[in-house]
Amino acid sequence: MTHQPHTDNLGARLGMWLFLFTELLLFGGLFLLYAVYFKRYPHEFAVAGTQLNWVMGTANTVILLTSSLCAAMAVTAVQRGESRRAVGLIGGTILCAAGFMTIKYFEWSEKIGHGIYPGSAHLRGGVPGESVFFSLYFMTTGIHGLHVLIGCVLLAVIGFKITSGAVTAENYNLLENGALYWHLVDLIWIFIFPLYYLIL
Amino acid sequence: MTSNVQRSDATRGGFWSDSGKTGLTSWIFSTDHKRIGLLYLFSTFSFFLVAVVLGLLLRIELMAPGRTIMGPQTYNAIFTVHGVMMIFLFIIPGFPGAFGNLVMPIQIGARDVFFPRLNLLSWWLYIIGAAIILTSLFTGGGPPDTGWTFYVPFSARTGTNVSLAVFGVFVVGFSSILTGLNFVTTIHRLRCEGMTWGRLPLFVWSLYATAWVQILATPILAITLVLVMAERLLGTGLFEPAQGGDPLMYQHLFWIYSHPAVYIMILPAMGVISDIIPVFSRKPIFGYKMIAFSSLAIAAFGSLVWGHHMFTSGMSDTAILVFSFLTFVVAIPSAIKVFNWISTLYKGSISLDAPMLFALSFILLFSIGGLSGLILGAAATDVHVHDTHFVVGHFHYVIFGGSGFAFFASMHYWLPKFFGRRYAEKPAVIAWVLMFTGFNVMYFTMQVLGMEGMPRRYYDYLPEFANLNLVATIGSWILVTGLVIMLVNLFRGLLWGEPFEGNPWGGATLEWSTATPPPTENFAEDPVVTHGPYDFTQQD
Repeated sequence: MTHQPHTDNLGARLGMWLFLFTELLLFGGLFLLYAVYFKRYPHEFAVAGTQLNWVMGTANTVILLTSSLCAAMAVTAVQRGESRRAVGLIGGTILCAAGFMTIKYFEWSEKIGHGIYPGSAHLRGGVPGESVFFSLYFMTTGIHGLHVLIGCVLLAVIGFKITSGAVTAENYNLLENGALYWHLVDLIWIFIFPLYYLIL
Repeated sequence: MTSNVQRSDATRGGFWSDSGKTGLTSWIFSTDHKRIGLLYLFSTFSFFLVAVVLGLLLRIELMAPGRTIMGPQTYNAIFTVHGVMMIFLFIIPGFPGAFGNLVMPIQIGARDVFFPRLNLLSWWLYIIGAAIILTSLFTGGGPPDTGWTFYVPFSARTGTNVSLAVFGVFVVGFSSILTGLNFVTTIHRLRCEGMTWGRLPLFVWSLYATAWVQILATPILAITLVLVMAERLLGTGLFEPAQGGDPLMYQHLFWIYSHPAVYIMILPAMGVISDIIPVFSRKPIFGYKMIAFSSLAIAAFGSLVWGHHMFTSGMSDTAILVFSFLTFVVAIPSAIKVFNWISTLYKGSISLDAPMLFALSFILLFSIGGLSGLILGAAATDVHVHDTHFVVGHFHYVIFGGSGFAFFASMHYWLPKFFGRRYAEKPAVIAWVLMFTGFNVMYFTMQVLGMEGMPRRYYDYLPEFANLNLVATIGSWILVTGLVIMLVNLFRGLLWGEPFEGNPWGGATLEWSTATPPPTENFAEDPVVTHGPYDFTQQD
């Protein structure tokens, strides 16, 4: 029996969607902790939330949404056979991601500069709810940031594959799955942003 | 038969030699689901044997009151490592990894799984995770002493090497997720012509349900373990009351995974039993649809009962009532399966070969384990037996008497198919008698001890528990004697035994229709299925 690599696009995408479920549940654990502790410390969470810079948070939201748009357009470009444009759009996505991480870096260093980081003396001495809020904030945005980096590497690899002709208008599963992953990273941020930056 | 007996591995035929590749790399970098299945079988079973020795040491320590062969710290470390290895390195990856990989693609008439390279990656992640866990035993502060549950606050404070061990479990969890994802996609996309959902062998149905649990539950374990590491390394304090955290939240997160995880362990076992019983009763399975459906129901409801591990934790009474109720609900699909197996046996033409003996004892042992589970699931009685040897006995009835015996049944049922040689029947039966006897002597005694109030996880006990503990320890020796006989018999048989050809037991699922051992892509021609998996009228 000759071996033919199967090209079952639906199956490949099914596998990716299942993987995305696992990512949602991974963050789901953190959101569950958030829900329980928010119920317990509503006031402390609200006060701690005001210490986050909502301007930077909004900027990052806009940046990530733009990056997702670029990723989606890259898929369309490849479907139309415009691989140069697709590579450019993936470059745009990665650029946005770099912008996101830079802003995140300033936000984190500002907090750490004020002695606000998991296990810091400041948080240990403060009200209990504040420590929980910031520990969750750092864990959630930290793991999210890790996903942004992984997504960048993934998209960069796919960008090279488009250049080398391995991803084409006939065979673009990899790009489509990469874009799906990127949308997930974006989607999770859409939940993180209001939960941490916009508590009333 | 002399020429056959002298045949070496290379000339076994089928997937052993038809690719023309030999040597270690043809195995550890193979994407053939059968080779990966055997890799899983040998690696997971090795950890099983190590963990058996550890368990034996625990029983020897408990043989008499006071210090027998080890002190409390060693005892704590050994029961922790016994649990971590048995659960995370043997039974969770073992069933889907070994027999799921070996049999499932053939049973649905596929040439391989949907993502063969991902399959290989799963095994490598498993090996890497296992290596990390092994490293954690000999470095840093020594082997973890928290119990396999890694409960905070102790796990956040103990000086032993918890961080590394947890990281190893995290990596193994990744492997489990990828296997589940692979299997769901495979079962959806690669069923051969005529293999409708209503014709899937029940082992495949059970793996399908298991795979969903692996996909949906394991990420919660992953994040929980990351949080334990953060607790230890960064001092996040999310489970630390002094910083506003709550240790109960750890227990919730841990059991949100770890209760469904026991269904990862038991569901494939139920699938094997549903495949073996009709074959050795020469009767179609009774209630095919209900067995398939109950696998999904167990997977669904089993994900909502985690709180029954926490009845004495200080959780609210409302939560206790709800979790207790849901626990009883899960008993329904489990009972549906048991009744259907019994109905299949009724008026069947039963032949008591080794796989069938293991399968029949599964029904009994699983039923004892399941019913004792209801004692634990009822809030009032649970308070009495919580954290006693009753729990240990219950859990081993379900997971060892259930999944373990089903694993042995699978070894006797399917391994000859893949090795092309078979074990001797008589020693297999003797081994089964010894294991079944030793098992009950050991674990039933533990349940009685628990009823009398002997706590778990202590290396010492009051003098009134001495006699029964001695009985349990003697039971463990009988059990291990049977295990050794079984392994020697299997090992000799599969390597040098009588040739195993054709379909001696008359199975009607697809793996019995292809060559023995199966060729690399399983079938000479892609099969077309025209009848159900338990329709024996086609062959007799």
